[in-house]
Amino acid sequence: MEHTIPEKHYLNEATGWKSWLMTLDHKRIGILYMIMVMFSFFLGGVFALLIRWELLSPDKILMGPEMYNQAFSLHGIIMIFLFIIPSIPAILGNFVMPLMIGAKDVAFPRLNLASWYIYVIGFCFAVYALFTGGIDTGWTFYTPYSSESTTAVIPILTAAFVLGFSSIFTGLNFIVTIHRLRAPGMTWFQLPLFVWAIYATALIQVLATPVLGITLALLMLERVVGIGIFDPAMGGDPVLFQHFFWFYSHPAVYIMILPGMGIISELIATFSHRRIFGYKFIAFSSLGIAFTGFLVWGHHMFVSGQSDLAAVIFSFLTFFVGIPSGIKILNWIATMYKGSISLDTPMLWALSFLILFSIGGFTGIVLGTLSIDVHLHDTYFVVSHFHYVMVGGTVMAIFGGLHYWWPKIWGRMYNETLARIAVVMIFVGFNITFFVQFIMGTQGMPRRYATYLPQFQGMHGFSSIGALIMGVGFLLIAIYLIYAIFKGKPAGPNPWRALTMEWETPSPPTAGNFEGQPILEHGPYDYDKVIPENALKPYKTI
Amino acid sequence: MSQITEHPAHLQHHFTDVHQQAESAKLGMWIFLLTEVLLFGGLFCFYAIYRSWNPDMFHNAHAFLNVWMGATNTVVLIVSSLTMALAIRSMQLGKRKLTMWFLAGTVLLACVFMVIKYFEYSHKIHLGQLPGKWYFFEGIAGTNPHIFFSAYFLMTGLHGFHVLGGIGVITWLFIKTARGSFSPEYYTPIEMTGLYWHLVDLIWIFLFPLFYLIG
Amino acid sequence: MKDDAAQRHILPLNLYLAVGSGLLVLTVITVVVAQMDFGPMNLLIAMGIAVIKATLVAMFFMHLKYDNKIYMLVFSGSLLFLGVFIIFTMFDTLRRGDIYEEIAEPYLKEAVIYRKAETTTALSHPAADTSNTASDTVTSDH
Ligand code: HEM
Ligand SMILES: [Cu+2]
Repeated sequence: MEHTIPEKHYLNEATGWKSWLMTLDHKRIGILYMIMVMFSFFLGGVFALLIRWELLSPDKILMGPEMYNQAFSLHGIIMIFLFIIPSIPAILGNFVMPLMIGAKDVAFPRLNLASWYIYVIGFCFAVYALFTGGIDTGWTFYTPYSSESTTAVIPILTAAFVLGFSSIFTGLNFIVTIHRLRAPGMTWFQLPLFVWAIYATALIQVLATPVLGITLALLMLERVVGIGIFDPAMGGDPVLFQHFFWFYSHPAVYIMILPGMGIISELIATFSHRRIFGYKFIAFSSLGIAFTGFLVWGHHMFVSGQSDLAAVIFSFLTFFVGIPSGIKILNWIATMYKGSISLDTPMLWALSFLILFSIGGFTGIVLGTLSIDVHLHDTYFVVSHFHYVMVGGTVMAIFGGLHYWWPKIWGRMYNETLARIAVVMIFVGFNITFFVQFIMGTQGMPRRYATYLPQFQGMHGFSSIGALIMGVGFLLIAIYLIYAIFKGKPAGPNPWRALTMEWETPSPPTAGNFEGQPILEHGPYDYDKVIPENALKPYKTI
Repeated sequence: MSQITEHPAHLQHHFTDVHQQAESAKLGMWIFLLTEVLLFGGLFCFYAIYRSWNPDMFHNAHAFLNVWMGATNTVVLIVSSLTMALAIRSMQLGKRKLTMWFLAGTVLLACVFMVIKYFEYSHKIHLGQLPGKWYFFEGIAGTNPHIFFSAYFLMTGLHGFHVLGGIGVITWLFIKTARGSFSPEYYTPIEMTGLYWHLVDLIWIFLFPLFYLIG
Repeated sequence: MKDDAAQRHILPLNLYLAVGSGLLVLTVITVVVAQMDFGPMNLLIAMGIAVIKATLVAMFFMHLKYDNKIYMLVFSGSLLFLGVFIIFTMFDTLRRGDIYEEIAEPYLKEAVIYRKAETTTALSHPAADTSNTASDTVTSDH
């Protein structure tokens, strides 16, 4: 069956750069975010490659220790605050979530656009800092060093502060949208699981981010005025800063992973052509993660000098965080069991996620064990752990989601062969880069050093090769995805034979999303009752 | 739903009816208030920890705040909260003139609050009790008394900014009301601002005993 | 129409006036009570009165009592998480140095500014001793 691109859709319904910069359409705002966030990903990636290049040898190659400190700080700050936190909610959440619930837009379109502009302002502050002294505190800004460092600490704190507001506004908007704008007949338990995940994420965004805001503001004041809260020289307590920081930043790791889990739920159900197993468990485990995520931040502080009572409580509670994530993994596997699985590109990303995120999650439990973490803290084991969850988890999910919804967003298909090559490259490259880091970590290789003992050279070199493979893989993805926007084959409304509502509109959707008010006719995963229409190709099974 | 057919000017296109629009605004506003609570929360945490570490210093330092000014300001804010609530009620009943009176009263009381704050602040600045590097005062026994004043200026200062913001918004509401933009069918902005204003009052209700009445 | 029920509770004027006067009376009470000394109960009493006042404002001025319960949930949620933040942080700050009774030295000698010799005796809580100079606790665990 041949498809054509509809004549009028949201991309051509108005033209000119003004129609983009002033747009209130959630789909266009999603694309504006995509441009900025992916550019940040590129920037962060450049710094990553610089770091790995330097680590090819214990001697100086490109940069001395000071420069190295700047490189990993900028890598972390860009990747966390500019890329991974906004990534899935602001791009795919913005684009897909209103379509999924059958709404014409988000509840507050103006606020939505404002959040993008605020993001751009934050981005500018970060770039400004980059050119006025850089930053060498690490993305965690720990005191007392951050109150003394002579680099551009204030601009970078301002950047993170401003970006926080962008995140809050997105979260606020989504909560209200999901509560108030669902299509008639769509109950909470007929929401696609991606929407549940976005909802739980949004709760964390509004609850945790204000605390980050006040923390960064206090740190700035500490530098400028010396208010005596975090700086020991003024009678403050640097460990208190870590509490403030991690009260936001542990929940923030769930801002990063929860929407990814939401994408994975969609992918697994669609490509297994099977009703998702344990819908309610998956939905509620998202809320469970959001809640328990607030009770464990002290596991980042086991060797900071916090009280022993606190350390024991935080270690104990950390074990519970694994439960809701485990529930999800089990349900996804049960969904695939006896499904008719198609191994299209998005599904390959989902399978990578399952493997890599599981490794990341389990090593998290290892690190949450107080007595073990005392040894592993601040080693490459931690570096590897969080890359397995953030890259192995979130980045796999976002690329899975992009490949899944690309035909919806642009109406055109990418080259499937190249896409499969890319996903394999990333998966292999990722494991080469990071698996050895677990080993180095257990052998005592500390993180954040420009040099190392000679015995680590082999493993560091191995790791750097993996990074290069990943870098090439991501470039390849950028090339064929952008090519597909202009030259791809028209995809038709529902190329994957999925049942969620966004596939009922044309691809690309019309400016108002749906003709009239859509009515819910079946649940999002009723594969046992409904045969999806408009399929581009027949089922492929393994 | 019968009212879909009528399409009032204030209804935005992506809502099906005014009810949905109003309830969305209200939920959004409450979530905004939640973020405000957590924003102030960081400062409350700061306060709680340093007070628990230095109870005597906090006691000694608080003697330099003027209870009567604080109490007066509490009364002023409570009354302004009342006038704000009554402004909404008047608009619900369609009494536009009365609404304007109550809004004006609210702004006036908020200004009184700021004037009193001004006198308190300038007295402390005069004594050298500004936080951090700018702290020169010698007369308080205890460890690091400047931290008490850090907490004091940060918390009342952030609160003061919220009062200033409130003054701006309520003035704007006053003008809109005068122009007849609101009616018993549509007064969402007044209602939302009311919620905000009550939260500002509510935070002050805690700041007052925490700073002025340390036992 | 369900709109009216959900959206517009026109409360009687007297109710507003009663709540307002209640708040004023409580303000007077809290100031008067603060002039007397109940020892450790001082803080509890002051906070108790503040909580009552806050509840009045939230319930009546902010209409929580009459509105959809979701708004109540949002508001209590904010307080719950704020409570978690403060209490869990205090698990640390109030119990530093429980196991290892080390006497740590501040690593910056000038760390404590404005310390007055006469007050170091008066502190009551055990944690307070070590954390006069917050900096000394940093080194205590190594
Ligand atoms: C099963 C769930 C998880 C557990 C139990 C867990 C546990 C931990 C622990 C104990 C640490 C501290 C290690 C140390 O510094 O010594 C840590 C670090 C970290 N985790 Fe996880 N984690 C989990 C999931 C995640 C997820 C989903 C993400 C992000 C998507 C994440 C991101 C990070 C980051 C960024 C750090 C390092 C922070 C830094 O020091 O720079 N974790 N994790
Ligand atoms: Cu954590």
